[in-house]
Amino acid sequence: MNSVNSILELLSINPPGWGGVLLTGALATLLISMGAYFLGMVLGLFGAFGKLSGFRSIEWLLQLYTTVVRAVPELILIIALYYAGTDGLNRVLALVDLGPLEVNGLLAAVIVLGFVQGAYMTEVLRGAILAIPVGQLEAAKAFGMRPALRFRRVILPALIPNALPGFANLWMGVVKDSALIAVVGYQELALAARVAASNTKQYMVFFLAAAAIYLTITLISNQIFTALEAYYRRGQRELA
Amino acid sequence: MHAGTGIPALAVRDVHKRYGAHEVLKGISLTAQKGDVVSIIGSSGSGKSTFLRCINFLEIPDQGAFQVNGEDVKFRIGHDGKCHPASWRQIERLRTGLGMVFQSFNLWPHMTIVENVIEAPVHVLGVDRKVAVEKAHGLLTKVGLYDKRDAYPAFLSGGQQQRASIARALCMDPSVMLFDEPTSALDPELVSEVLKVIRSLAEEGRTMLLVTHEMKFARDVSTRVLFLHQGQVEEDGPPDQVFGAPMSSRCKEFVGAGSH
Repeated sequence: MNSVNSILELLSINPPGWGGVLLTGALATLLISMGAYFLGMVLGLFGAFGKLSGFRSIEWLLQLYTTVVRAVPELILIIALYYAGTDGLNRVLALVDLGPLEVNGLLAAVIVLGFVQGAYMTEVLRGAILAIPVGQLEAAKAFGMRPALRFRRVILPALIPNALPGFANLWMGVVKDSALIAVVGYQELALAARVAASNTKQYMVFFLAAAAIYLTITLISNQIFTALEAYYRRGQRELA
Repeated sequence: MHAGTGIPALAVRDVHKRYGAHEVLKGISLTAQKGDVVSIIGSSGSGKSTFLRCINFLEIPDQGAFQVNGEDVKFRIGHDGKCHPASWRQIERLRTGLGMVFQSFNLWPHMTIVENVIEAPVHVLGVDRKVAVEKAHGLLTKVGLYDKRDAYPAFLSGGQQQRASIARALCMDPSVMLFDEPTSALDPELVSEVLKVIRSLAEEGRTMLLVTHEMKFARDVSTRVLFLHQGQVEEDGPPDQVFGAPMSSRCKEFVGAGSH
C-alpha cells in the first residue's frame, strides 16, 4: 500500500511528482509526430506523382531519395540531418552576415522526421494511385473534368482507402521514431522518462509509465484509423 | 431530320491511330446528322472501340479532322511529329457534350448512384445541386433505378450499373451519346434491360454512336451501320443493306456468322 502511494506520488502531475514532465513530453511526442506525419504526407504526394510523372530526371531523383532514406538507419539520418542541417544553415547565414541561429528543436525534429516519412509515404501513395482502376479516371476525363477537379473528386477519394492501411503503419512508426529525437536533446516522452528516472532512480516506474502512454496513443490512433477506413470504404463490398 | 441539312452533330474525317508499328485505324471518316443512330460493328481488333475513343479524345489520334456541332477541334503537331490537342480546355468543353457509356460502366465507387449522376453537371457545368438532383431523379426513374438512387454502385447488378451510367451520361444533356460495347460485360440475362433503355433513347431521336456486338439490336435501332475491318470502313450504309445485302464479302461473312 505504501509503495503504491509512493508510485502515485512520483507520477503526480504537480512537483515533486514527475507526471507533468511526462505529459509535457507526451505532448511534444504528439506534436513532433503529427508535424512530421503531415509534412511527410505532402512530400509523399509530390513524390508519388513525381515518380509517376514520366519525367526521367524527376523519377531518378525521387528514386534516389526513397532508396537512400529507406536504406539508412533513421538514427543516423536524424543525427546527420540535424547537425548537417543546422551547420549548413548557419554557414549560409554567416555568408549573408547573419549570426548563428539557435535552431528550434521541435521544428528541426519535424523537418528531419518528416523528410524520412516522406520517402515511405511516396511509396505508399504510389501504390495507392496505381491501384485506382483506370476506368474511373477515364470516366472523369470523358465527362470533361479538368485535372484539378479529377484529382479532388475522383483520384483522392479513390486512393485514400488504398493508402490508409499503409498510412496507419507509418503513423505507428513515426510515434516511436520520434523517440530518436532525444539524441539531439529535444525532450519528448522518451527523454522525459529518462530524466525522471535518473532523477528519482525509479527506472522501472517511469519507463513503464512512458510505455503505457505510448500504448494509449497507439490504441486511440487505431480507433481513429479504423473509423476513417470504414468511412472511406463505405461504397465497397466486404470480402465474402 | 436526317436530310443532312444544317450542321452535322459530328463530322470526323480520315482518322489514323498507330500503336508503335501497328496501325489500328487507317483513315476512318464518319458524319452523323442530328438524330442519327450509327452502329459500328466488326470483329475484335477491327478498331471500333479505338475509333469511338478517338472521338472524345480518350485516345489521341495521330491524324484526323474533327468537328462537333460545327466546331473544329484544334490540333497542333508536337515535337514528336504527332497530333496533340491545341487546347485541352476545348477538348474538356467538347467532352461535356459527348456522353460516354463504357463497357465496364466505370461508375465512381465512392459515390452513391445519384451522386454519380449529378457529379459532372454540378462540378463541371456548374448546375445548381438541387436542380441537378431533381433532374437525376427523373433520369433514374426513366432507367428504372429511382429506388436505388442512394445505393453505392458495388451493390448493384451489372445491368443496373450500366443503366445508372446511361443516366449519368444523359444528365449532361449531351448532343451525342457514345456507347462503347455497353452490353459486352454483362451476364446474358441482363443484356435486354440495358438494350431496352438504349432503344428508348434511339426512339427519342437522340444522336448516338454505338459500338456493339448485338447484331440484331444494331439492325433494329440504327439509321446507319458501319462495318470496320482491320482499321478501315469496309461497309457503310443503312442497316438493311449492311445486314441484308452487303457488298463486301468480309462483311457478308461477318453478319452471316453473327446471325446464327
